[in-house]
Amino acid sequence: MALDTRTKRPAKTSRAVPAALWRSTIGKKVIMSITGLIMIGYLVAHMAGNIKVFSGEEKFNSYAHWLRTFGEPVLPYEGFLWLMRVLLLVAVVAHIVSAVQLTRRAVKDRPRSRTGKPRGGGYVTFTMRSGGVILFLFIIWHILDLTTLTVNERAEVGNPYGNLVATFDTWYGNVIYIAALLALGYHLKHGIWAAAQTLGVGTTTRNRVFRPAAVLVALVITVGFVAVPIGVMTGVVS
Amino acid sequence: MTDIGEYVLGEPVVDQKAPDGPIAERWSRRRFEAKLVNPANKRKLSVIVVGTGLAGGSAAATLGELGYRVKSFCYQDSPRRAHSIAAQGGINAAKNYRNDGDSVHRLFYDTVKGGDFRARESNVHRLAEVSVEIIDQCVAQGVPFAREYGGLLDTRSFGGAQVSRTFYARGQTGQQLLLGAYQALERQIAAGTIEMHDRHEMLELIVVDGRARGIVARDLVSGEIFTEYADAVVLASGGYGNVFFLSTNAKGCNVTATWRAHRKGALFANPCYTQIHPTCIPVSGDHQSKLTLMSESLRNDGRVWVPKEAGDSRAPGDIPEAERDYYLERIYPAFGNLVPRDIASRAAKNVCDEGRGVGPGGLGVYLDFSDAIDRLGRAAVEAKYGNLFEMYERITGENPYETPMRIYPAVHYTMGGLWVDYDLQSNLPGLFVIGEANFSDHGANRLGASALMQGLADGYFVLPNTIGDYLAAGPFETLTDAHPEVRKARESVTDRIERLLAVNGDRTVDSFHRELGHIMWEYCGMERSDEGLRKAIGLIRDLREEFWRRVKVPGTGAQFNQSLERAGRVADFFELAELMCVDALHRTESCGGHFRAESQTDDGEAKRDDEAFSYVAAWEYGGELPVLHREELNFEYVKPTQRSYK
Amino acid sequence: MRLNLRIWRQAGIAHKGEMVEYRVDDVSPDMSFLEMLDVLNERLTLAGEDPIAFDHDCREGICGMCSLTIDGEPHGPQRSTTTCQLHMRHYRDGDTITVEPWRAKAFPVVKDLVVDRSAFDDIIASGGYISAPTGSAPDAHATPVAKADADAAFENAACIGCGACVAACPNGSAMLFTAAKVVHLNALPQGQPERRDRVLNMVDTMDDAGFGGCTLTGECATACPKGIPLESISTLNREYLKASLKRA
Ligand SMILES: Cc1cc2nc3c(=O)[nH]c(=O)nc-3n(C[C@H](O)[C@H](O)[C@H](O)COP(=O)(O)OP(=O)(O)OC[C@H]3O[C@@H](n4cnc5c(N)ncnc54)[C@H](O)[C@@H]3O)c2cc1C
Ligand code: HEM
Ligand code: HEM
Ligand code: SF4
Ligand code: F3S
Ligand code: FES
Repeated sequence: MALDTRTKRPAKTSRAVPAALWRSTIGKKVIMSITGLIMIGYLVAHMAGNIKVFSGEEKFNSYAHWLRTFGEPVLPYEGFLWLMRVLLLVAVVAHIVSAVQLTRRAVKDRPRSRTGKPRGGGYVTFTMRSGGVILFLFIIWHILDLTTLTVNERAEVGNPYGNLVATFDTWYGNVIYIAALLALGYHLKHGIWAAAQTLGVGTTTRNRVFRPAAVLVALVITVGFVAVPIGVMTGVVS
Repeated sequence: MTDIGEYVLGEPVVDQKAPDGPIAERWSRRRFEAKLVNPANKRKLSVIVVGTGLAGGSAAATLGELGYRVKSFCYQDSPRRAHSIAAQGGINAAKNYRNDGDSVHRLFYDTVKGGDFRARESNVHRLAEVSVEIIDQCVAQGVPFAREYGGLLDTRSFGGAQVSRTFYARGQTGQQLLLGAYQALERQIAAGTIEMHDRHEMLELIVVDGRARGIVARDLVSGEIFTEYADAVVLASGGYGNVFFLSTNAKGCNVTATWRAHRKGALFANPCYTQIHPTCIPVSGDHQSKLTLMSESLRNDGRVWVPKEAGDSRAPGDIPEAERDYYLERIYPAFGNLVPRDIASRAAKNVCDEGRGVGPGGLGVYLDFSDAIDRLGRAAVEAKYGNLFEMYERITGENPYETPMRIYPAVHYTMGGLWVDYDLQSNLPGLFVIGEANFSDHGANRLGASALMQGLADGYFVLPNTIGDYLAAGPFETLTDAHPEVRKARESVTDRIERLLAVNGDRTVDSFHRELGHIMWEYCGMERSDEGLRKAIGLIRDLREEFWRRVKVPGTGAQFNQSLERAGRVADFFELAELMCVDALHRTESCGGHFRAESQTDDGEAKRDDEAFSYVAAWEYGGELPVLHREELNFEYVKPTQRSYK
Repeated sequence: MRLNLRIWRQAGIAHKGEMVEYRVDDVSPDMSFLEMLDVLNERLTLAGEDPIAFDHDCREGICGMCSLTIDGEPHGPQRSTTTCQLHMRHYRDGDTITVEPWRAKAFPVVKDLVVDRSAFDDIIASGGYISAPTGSAPDAHATPVAKADADAAFENAACIGCGACVAACPNGSAMLFTAAKVVHLNALPQGQPERRDRVLNMVDTMDDAGFGGCTLTGECATACPKGIPLESISTLNREYLKASLKRA
């Protein structure tokens, strides 16, 4: 960027596809939206699984067992689960790394308006980014709580149902989960719509559907998850 | 009438490059006869192009494609912002896609006649021939012209034409054409053939051994004075309508580039020919900084009227049909609301002079769309003019779908400019002038949608073909800042800047500019008279003297200083203004955009005097008194007749 | 009307800037925003102070030169209106108005309210054109263009390159500007041959210039005086993805 004489020739893109995608802002967004969609896919299934708590302890625990034996004998015990875990881990790492890089790029040396009047768009970027941080912390807590059982006070290996009830019997368990789920709801409300644009499927007509659809999916996922702690709190599940 | 004391009569000037023979063959003959530059040599030849409007942008891009080393200049922060961007209406081309009887010859004929027989036949014919290629070129570049449902280009008819030959892109034709040229220019910048200098203003021409060899420019950001050399210099710096202060031109439009060249010996032709556009938004107060044009295309569907009675102050809706005077339809039944600009403007002035004007100060006439809305439906009117209506509402706060628009004439285009020959070369070898900056092909009056055509014809097709004939003799001697002529040019620039800063008086630059504009509009505007012009010359001289005594330019020359930029431009406008008045004074006939009160028919129409004035007035800078060189105009193909649009 | 103005003053790129307060009396409602600044500048000049530098040229909303952030909004509060076409009738006596330059990393402040937007030119230079050397064009009617494509091209070609989209974007992203040109040219049959290189190179240059990424917040489209639709960003993304995959 020269102030007076512009003779610079812009560089031509000549990188291999994955590297080029990773390097460009649009490419990073594509990675974020694909990983986001993978996580959404997981969460829909996860939510559907969680809903089984309402069918009773036995059904839920056998579902957890089924998860671990799925695909046997082609896959070893917990094989499917581990495949999924790897996929999820890759997704979440790629998602977070992209998010952090894009955020740093967006705020680095970014001169700010001095009016102090927040612009509407600032709100969306703020909720996406802070929501992401909340989700990150939550996922760590959640795994320590219900998968490794490290922080769960009444943990009992092999009884996911009991562990789950134990979590939501504590006040902080409810607070942490419900707060995280609200953050998730917000994240998805914008995220799903944004992913459609990032992947280039948004058009004027389709966006009339995408906007409300994103809100709906976000709502269904959030409500579906929140139902569990509410169920425990109200004694429907115990 | 030979010598009225305001000027000196010099030798006649002749266009040496003009080819003869049948008019339709002249352009191809000239192209064939012109010397060619060996492709390998083109890389060694450099060309400076001042201006990135339609003319300069297209020329720079094309010269770059041909392989010349081009150095391009504009005063804006980007070449895309040149004033051409503001053109709304459209661009003419003799494509005859409508099968309505158009042809190259008809466009040629209309332009010569529209220019009131004060243009060169050869040039105009070439313009009409080339017009066809322009549309092809622009479409290939992706210019989004309006299209029909079948996917083919749409056209409309435009002021003064009875055929539908105007191509358009909604109300943004100039923008789209300019972006096409700008993109071609940027492509060459990326390819390394063009070096772009934005935010640079040309302040002096460098002439060495009688040839134009470079320019002195000021870097508007740092204030640095900067010399650039080349084998030829092309000026494409636009028109000088801003001498009137209030005009439809962009605020930065100026005469500096061409005036500096004029002072170095280039002839300035027909400076008094100014076009006053009939459809502008009227002035709302003293604070007004510029006037906004409403596209002339509005006259296709809008009807112009004023109340029949003077002093009728009723709201337009309360004035019954019978008490309205659709004066253009009444006086000019054949053309009605579509009469050429000069006629429509003067008619508006006349009705306002009779006290029948509307709006603040009685300086306005109605342009009414209610009939069009009834006939075509609001949706159709909106599709055609929606953005213009919006613009009007934004500026005036009135809704044209409900109340008629108010319009008034405003200075819009300057037909005059540096004198050039058929090759678009000025009398200074190596100095080429294109677009609105030259005295062009429009004679005393330009038809609507023809400036864009001329700018692109010059830039894309004419200049790149003719400049080779000159450059074939190059490259010329290498210059350095140590050369005495260069040093002189640089010093004249720095001296002037120092002088402007040193005055440190008590009046702002704008206050002088505004006052100068008043004088020009009053005495050298829509109607000129001997008495008024003589008075104006006196007033201009006094004001100019006062300017150099009382102007206040804050800051220094070594910084971004917008007051200094304006001061330099206004200083040149003063000198130009005087020459415009002298030119207007000496031309005691009425023709096109120049209406002399003393020369009119019994019913108030312009009266030409072909016996005495069938020439181009090319002025040489003479210090005290300008020197007039006449170029005789001969009409072999279109016989001069008194224009009649009745 | 009387107005209080808080205006950003900055001597140059390397200097620090600050907000300075001014008062302007006798503002007429018919004035444009820039005419109001003209009045203030006349006064400052006569008082021996440095007038406020701001960019402008056409003053009719088409050149894209004017560039003020007014009360936090690029081009001010009125929709689809450039600063030069904003009129004072939208303000009331006694209002305080804050005026700043475009704020974005890729647009350094040159002086006061003037910024350097040449990064936009670099983006265009890297592919925002159709290569059609002068004289090589076929007849204009050789390639009909479907009305829908022509309309899409036009809608996006309306961009005036003002940079308000960047100034409005919380990430300082130039996606809307870049999208407008890519969509304009890629919608046309003439633009097809260079379709892929165009988008890849333009996005590359955009990133190199230091613009931020896009979070699809939509502020750009709200601020855009020419109504370039947000959907164009989606189309840009699609073009970019397709081009990237095609190259594989
Ligand atoms: C509001 C309006 C509407 C119009 N509508 C139409 C229409 O519908 N159809 C039509 O045919 N014509 C129309 N015209 C006329 C037409 O737009 C112009 O005549 C034409 O665009 C001029 O083009 P140009 O390239 O000669 O100059 P411009 O486009 O004026 O370009 C001048 C260039 O020179 C540069 N420059 C000037 N001085 C200097 C200097 N000292 N140093 C460095 N650079 C300098 C500027 O930066 C700019 O790049 C309209 C004009 C106006 C004002
Ligand atoms: C784990 C921590 C997470 C962090 C730090 C995070 C962060 C972010 C951020 C900052 C964005 C906006 C990026 C931008 O536009 O610049 C984003 C977008 C998105 N996130 Fe997350 N997120 C996280 C988890 C999740 C989860 C769990 C999901 C889905 C279940 C998800 C789905 C999405 C989607 C779909 C988008 C939109 C992508 C796009 O704009 O194309 N994210 N994320
Ligand atoms: C009320 C809400 C939730 C409940 C009750 C819940 C419950 C559970 C349970 C019981 C497990 C352990 C399953 C097993 O080991 O068999 C689990 C694992 C997991 N949950 Fe949740 N979950 C909830 C919300 C979420 C959310 C919002 C996310 C992501 C953002 C999430 C991500 C995960 C992950 C990544 C695992 C680990 C899977 C594994 O590797 O085994 N959960 N959850
Ligand atoms: S997209 Fe809109 S806001 Fe951005 S530069 Fe173009 S016109 Fe201005
Ligand atoms: S405001 Fe910025 S985040 Fe994207 S949608 Fe517009 S570029
Ligand atoms: S000054 Fe040209 S768009 Fe505002």
